[in-house]
Order: sequence, then structure tokens, then C-alpha cells
Amino acid sequence: MRQVYDFHGGIHPPENKHQSIAAPIADAGIPEELVLPLAQHIGAPAIPVVEIGQKVLKGQLIAEPAGFVSVPLHAPTSGTVSAIEDRQIAHPSGHSARCVVIATDGKDEWIDHSGLADYKSVDRSELLTIIRNAGIAGMGGAGFPTAVKLSVKAEVGIETLILNGTECEPYITADDILMRERAEQIIEGAQIIAHLVQPDEILIGVEDNKPEGIAALQTAAEGTGVEIVVFPTKYPSGGEKQLIEILTGKQVPSGGLPSAVGVVCQNIGSAVAVRDAVIDGRPLISRITTVTGEGVNDPRNYEVLLGSSLAYLLEQADYQTNKNKRLIMGGPMMGFTVPDAHVPIVKTTNCVLAPAETELPAPPPAQACIRCGMCAEACPASLLPQQLFWFSQGKEFEKAEQHNLFDCIECGACSFVCPSNIPLVQYYRAAKAEVVQLRKDAEKSEHSRIRFEARQTRLEREDAEKEAKRAARKKAAEEKARLAAEQGSTEEDPIQAAIERAKAKKAAQAEGSNSAESAGEKLEKAVVTTRKRLDTATAKLTAAKEDGSDLVDALQTGVDKTRAKLEAAEKALREHQHAATTKEQPTEEAKPIDAAQVAIKKAMAARVADADKSPEEKAREALQKLEARLQKSEARLAQGKAAGEEEKIITALESTVERLREKVAQAQSQANETEVS
Amino acid sequence: MALMRITSPHAHGPMSTARVMQNVLLATVPGVIVLTHFFGFGTLVNIIWASILALAFEALALRLRKRPLGFYLGDYSALVTAVLLGIALPPYSPWWLIAVGIASSILLAKHLYGGLGYNPFNPAMVGYVVLLISFPVQMSSWAAPRGVGELPGLLDALQACFTPGNFDAVTMATPLDLLKQNNSLLMDDLWQQNAQFGRWAGIGWEWASLAFLAGGLWLLYQRVFTWHAPIAMLVALALTAALFYDGGSSASGGSPLFHLLSGATMFGAFFIITDPVSSAVSTRGRLVFGALIGLLVYLIRVYGNYPDAVAFAVLIMNFAAPFIDQYTQPRSYGHAARREDNE
Repeated sequence: MRQVYDFHGGIHPPENKHQSIAAPIADAGIPEELVLPLAQHIGAPAIPVVEIGQKVLKGQLIAEPAGFVSVPLHAPTSGTVSAIEDRQIAHPSGHSARCVVIATDGKDEWIDHSGLADYKSVDRSELLTIIRNAGIAGMGGAGFPTAVKLSVKAEVGIETLILNGTECEPYITADDILMRERAEQIIEGAQIIAHLVQPDEILIGVEDNKPEGIAALQTAAEGTGVEIVVFPTKYPSGGEKQLIEILTGKQVPSGGLPSAVGVVCQNIGSAVAVRDAVIDGRPLISRITTVTGEGVNDPRNYEVLLGSSLAYLLEQADYQTNKNKRLIMGGPMMGFTVPDAHVPIVKTTNCVLAPAETELPAPPPAQACIRCGMCAEACPASLLPQQLFWFSQGKEFEKAEQHNLFDCIECGACSFVCPSNIPLVQYYRAAKAEVVQLRKDAEKSEHSRIRFEARQTRLEREDAEKEAKRAARKKAAEEKARLAAEQGSTEEDPIQAAIERAKAKKAAQAEGSNSAESAGEKLEKAVVTTRKRLDTATAKLTAAKEDGSDLVDALQTGVDKTRAKLEAAEKALREHQHAATTKEQPTEEAKPIDAAQVAIKKAMAARVADADKSPEEKAREALQKLEARLQKSEARLAQGKAAGEEEKIITALESTVERLREKVAQAQSQANETEVS
Repeated sequence: MALMRITSPHAHGPMSTARVMQNVLLATVPGVIVLTHFFGFGTLVNIIWASILALAFEALALRLRKRPLGFYLGDYSALVTAVLLGIALPPYSPWWLIAVGIASSILLAKHLYGGLGYNPFNPAMVGYVVLLISFPVQMSSWAAPRGVGELPGLLDALQACFTPGNFDAVTMATPLDLLKQNNSLLMDDLWQQNAQFGRWAGIGWEWASLAFLAGGLWLLYQRVFTWHAPIAMLVALALTAALFYDGGSSASGGSPLFHLLSGATMFGAFFIITDPVSSAVSTRGRLVFGALIGLLVYLIRVYGNYPDAVAFAVLIMNFAAPFIDQYTQPRSYGHAARREDNE
């Protein structure tokens, strides 16, 4: 028997798991509409690669990852893309986000797909690519891209691969049923992951309240070298950090990754998803979700297509609307309430909890904190929640950070035991958010300060240089004059000569300005330079806006002024041209060919042509331009990365690329729309 | 139908502040019964009168502070203060003494600081010390125990409280007083010459202490508080007493057992210093907090001006609690070592 360790604190809330574990996994079927948020994971939202109206097959890629920490998205069944738009999603703040909406056709037609017969024969990076392309994100609830987690460098040296089958949250049985029904696939997934990270040992950690799941796993694991480790039930032993401590006795350093103590941790659901992707070539398009609580008459686990709405799933479980006043996505400890039942199931939805009011009563009003310390007894991170509460409430964020506010995993154990019913976790969340905001603000002001100082030094330097040059010129002139004086007045006085040169120039100019053509040229030049200036100013303004710089206002007035100037210049040019054409009419044949004039005519013609172009063509051209820009920025990004430039620059470049991608996507959809219309 | 939006966690444990307070009240019952058995109904009258006053003062303060009465009175915290002060005061105290004490506790020590949860000092002990300093005569007389003097009945007790001029209770020095004033007798002689002494400490006192110990252990079992502060205090007190105990000479400070079972030691360890609001927060902090109280109790009893010392020791350490907190922050998960200082 392997030694297991205990972690500090923890609680024993009523488990309430028996309700949903009795029945086997049921297939939730195909709803009429699937709503697939582009961000179902931690990281950049995926970018749609389908168009509205396009037919898609089951398993077809519908959105591609937008960076390293991002995952693609696949069609969960066959159908037609009916919209790509903002929809209400399941998020604690209740906001909406971009989603691909698929109107299903009920045929459930697969796209061509195939798995690997022997995953051990392929390259490690290829295996990672398969996992990445399958769109797998941590299915325990956090949704971190699995491929990113698994791409640990070989030199890190992973000692232990841990599969998390703890499922310590009350009510949820998705992992338990997975162990009971798909133990072999879990083991297979574990072996694939082990092949990737090459650990010394493979452990599956399970709480002792799942005897049947443990038995199934043990049977499946026989002779594979995968060890099932059973430990006493206590919430939150399924927290990654807590589980690592239970199984290895080591603590992940604050702010560090598990790999720092030689551990990689994966949820067993993710392991099965990895197995499906590698062996069957099946991307992540469905998951097992527990539907439970007294608000449903038929609590059980469902294999549900991603993008199905909560309402659809609840209906399958015989939902009693009158019994239920709040819907929780996740468990009672860490789950969050959703604004309405039409939000979609996503890759991280392990449970939909519909409790009756008597089952999970609304919290009574909070009383004063008497610092009883029960929260500190319960805290799995060994924090002092009562002190953190005090500091958060008083906005003493520095002290809160000193008391390791950011080590709080928001498990809710402190709130659970609090005799005064204080919503402690909510205070910590708010405090964390505020600290993050303050840090951002501080960084920004620091950035502005550095920029301002750099500008100041540059201006000073330029002034000094100018001054030095002037002094040097003066000295040279004096020297020359002295030399001339020494040599006598035989030579021309240089100053006099300069004055005469200037005079001649002026005269020539005056003569030139009399000619109509050169006046036209001048006006044109003015228009061209003003336009150029306007372009740069506008570019600067957009850049400043994106950066949220303080200079936006100043730049805006600059742009406005330049624009006014441009308009004035253009007007002057037009008037002049008009005058010239009327004047020159009689001698038109004799008029010499003026290159600039021709260019203007060309431009005007182009403009007219432009106006004649259909919106479709316009959109297409815009798209092409944008694509060209995107390619350029991508190239620049790659170059920057290769050159190992500063992180700031890389992120800036990345954001540019992302923005451009968005624009391209927009332009694409516009082009599509215009085409359709 | 609009769905409710509540932040996690959605489940809540069975404990409530009112239940914590009720448990504390319940745990005093054995001690009060023993005190009543040995010293008569004086303590009981104290408690009842103090409770009535405490609720009245609490209601008054809440009214003045424009707080909902029912919600705050329902937390039982005023009753706990009243019961603790009632136990600490000498039996057969006059009504006005108790009134002044409760007023100091509830109005001065609690509500002027912002009410429950915001008081830096233990309210019951503030009330006690105000009385001890202001009315030393009334505060230093204690009823004679059963078997030594005659015990007054319930009517006498009520009379003693509400018409103090008409009643003369039999009072005598407590064992702690006797020990303090002793400078010529060996311990054994002192024991023999004074009827107040029992087997290990004073008659009545030793049993009352054991009863409070039992109540305290029950609270520990109920997880109302952790063992750290009380055990640290008792161990520190016993160790200090053992260190200075010379086997019973006339200059002796008393045996460890005598100190553990005399005066307010047990009552203080389990009912006073465990007040979470005014004590240190972390378990390590509470160890330090309790141990220093134990040490102070011995020092004040033996070298100070007052025979008993729990109230002063607790108040002094209440001052020190934030300072202790500063240096006893626990090592959080994933941190190599405790942050040495909070510069």
C-alpha cells in the first residue's frame, strides 16, 4: 500500500452523489440547435473557419486556435452553420460571447477520420499535434489546453503522472461513472499521456467514496503499471495542488506549475478525450455531464454534445421548473449560477445542478465576523481567511497580498464553515480582481513615464545636436572669412555670394510662381504631403487608442486639423485645376504633358471606378488588403520570435496579428454576406 | 422566471454564530451548578440580573446605532457576555455593581468599538476590571463556601442583590487572598489553619474549576474553539508555578495544582481567553497568546497587587494580539517558509 499524505484543512460537506450515480450514462441525443462558444478554454478564443450557411459534418473543424494557448473547435454533429454571433454563454458574469451556431440535420454524418494504429511509432510532436487538433481542454473544470499542459520539455524530468479521478465536489458523478463504464479507456489514455511525458510512475488518485469506480479501474489497470491510489474523502482533495500533496507529499511552489515538483496532472475525462483523439481520431465534441438536484426527477449522467443548451439537457432529465430557482453549472462548492437555461454546455461543464430551495437554501444575511477561525481550520491553502476578509473589506490590498491572497484557490471551504454566513470567497475574488487592475494601472503609468522620459531625453539630445551643429557651422564660416580676409579681397566675399545666390533663387521662384503649371504642381504637392501626414497621424491615433494612451485627445485634434488642411488643399487644387482647364481650353493641344496632372487624372478615374464597383468587389478587395497586412504582421511576429525579442514586443505583435485575424474574419463574413445578398 | 444569481459556494455548513454562542452558554451550566451548590444562589442571581441588563443595554445601543434589533439580539453574544460577567462577579453583588459592569461591557467595550466582531478587548473582562478598580471593597469579598459559613437562601440572595443595605452576607477571603497575604506559615499550616482550603485548593473552587474544565472540554469536542489557547495557558501556568514552587515554604507561590484549580484559571482558560474576537487569529498565534496569559496570571497572582489575575492578563494580551498576529502568520501552501517579517 502506497503512502498517502494529508493536506491542511478541508471539509466534509454532504456528498449527495448517490442520486445521479444509480443510472448508467445516457445519450442526450441531438438538439435542433447547437451553440458553440469560441472560448471554451483558458486562452485566446478560437477563430471561426466556416461561413454562415456552410454545411458541416460531424467532427469537422469549425474554428481554429488563435495562438499557442488556444484550442480548435469541431462540429459536434452534421448540419448547417446558421449564425456566427454573440450569444449568452455560461459565465459567472453572465456576459455573452461569440458563438458558432449550428442548425443540426439529425443525420449525424461523420467527416472522414481515422486514428493511429500504433501511437508509439509516431513522433512525440506529432502526437501532441493530434491532441491539440482534437480541441481538448482540461475537462475537470478549468479548461486549460491539454496539449499545452502535456508539452513539458524533456529536461524538466517528470517523475509522476497523476490522473485526477478525485471528484471531490458534492453531487457530481461524471468522473465516477466514467471510471465505472470506461475504465479501460482511462487506462489507455493514461498510457498515451505517459508516452508523451515519460514519467517514472503513473498514478490515478481516487477518493474512497467511489468503490465501484476504483474496482473497475483496478481491473483495467492490471499489468499496465498504472497504480490506483485510494485516499480518504475530503473536500477539496480534487484540487490539483491538494491532490499532488496527497499523492506525493510535495507542495507546488506558490505561483509555480506542478512540473516544478516533477508532476503532470490530468483529469481522467481529459485522458479519455486524448485516447479518443489518438486511437479513434475523434475530436472533442461531446462530454459526460451530470444532471442532478431535486429540481430534476431523473438525475443521471449524460453523454451530451457540446453546444446543447442546459434547457435541452434538463428536459431529458424531467426538469421541474416550479421546484427550482437557480441553475448551477458545476457543483455546489465551486459552481456558478447561470442567467438562464439557454446557455450552452461547454467542454468544462461537468455538472448541471438544479437544486430545490430546501436543498440548497439561499444564504441568510451575513453577520459580523467574530474571527472564530473555523475558516482557517478549513482552508486547504493554510491561509487566514478571516484576516483576508478583514483586509479585502478594508481594501488593504497590500496586506491581503502579504497574507497570500493569490494562493486562494476559491474552493469555498471557508464560506462553507463560516458561522456568520459571510460570502468570503466573493470578497477574495473581488479583491483579486482589484489587485490585478491596480497592477495593470501601475504598469501602464510606469510605461507612460518611461515613454515620456525617453521623449524628453530625445528632444534634449536633438536640441543639443542642433546647437552643436550651429556652433560648428558658425566656426567654419568664421574660419573661412578669416582665411578670405587673409588672402585679401582678390576672391569674392562668400557672404555676399550667398546673399546673391539666395536672391537669384528667389527671383527664379517668383518667376516660376507666375506660371500656372508650377502653381498646380505646388498645390498637388501640398495635397500629397498633407494626405501623407494625415495617414501617419491617423495611424498613430489608432495605435494610441489601442494602447489606451493618454495622448489620444491630442492626437485626435491633430488628425482633425490635418484633415481640415487636406480638405483646404484639395479644394485649392480643384479650384486651380478648374481655372487652369478653363484658361487652357483654347490651347489644349499645345499643352505639354504634365506627369503630375496625368497621375491626378488617373487617381480620379480610379475613384470613379471605385464608386462604380459593386460592394462585393469592394469587400473582396478590402479582404485581400487585410490578408496581405495579416501576412506581413505574421511574418514580422515570426521574425520577432525567432530573434528572441522582448516579451512585450512579442505580445504586442501577437495582439496585432490577432486583431488583424479578427478583421480578416470580419471582412470575410462581410464578403460572404455581400455575396449572398 | 428569472433565475437566482448567487456566488459559490452554494452549500453551507450547519454552524451558525448563534449556535456557537448557545454552545458556550450551555457549557457554563456545570460550573454554575457547582458554584451554586458551594456558594448559594448568589451567582445565579448575578447571571439573571446581568442577562436582563445586557439585553436591555444591547437593545439600547442597537437602537441608537439604528441597527435591526431582532437580527443582532439573535446572535446571543450579549447573553454570553452577561453570563460570563455574572459568573466572574462575587456572589451576592448589589444590583448597581452589576449594572455598572454590564454597562461597561456592552456599551463601552463592545458598541463604542463597533459592536460584535470589532471589539479589541474582551467585553466581560473590561466590565470586570472597571468594577475591580472602581469598587475594590465589593469586588474583593467572596461568599463563604458551604460547610464553612451559612449559605443564604434564594430570597436572601435576591435581597442581597436588590436591597443590599438590608443584607449582610457571610464573606471571607478566598484561598488566593490567603496565600497572597501569607508570609509566615508553611503551606501545610496555612491549609490547616484556614477552613476555606480543600483538598488541592479552595473548597468549592476546586470543584467549580473541574466543572468549568468539563464544560470547556465539551466545547472543544464541539469544535467551538481549538485547544491551542486554553492548553497553552494551563501548561504555561502550571510550568511557571512548578518552577517557582519550593515544596511548600512560607514564601511559596503555591503548587501548580493549586493554581490550576484556584480562582478563574479554568473558567478563564476555556471561557474567557477563547473569545475569538479579541484573541490572536492563527493557531500558532493562539499558542503564544495563551502561554503568555498563563505566565502573566502567575506573575500577577504572586508578585502583583491583586489576588487573581485572569482579567488583567487577558486585557494585556488583548493589546498584544495584533502584534502576535503579525509574527505568527502560518506557512501557506506552496510557500517555502513563513514570511519573516512584514516590512
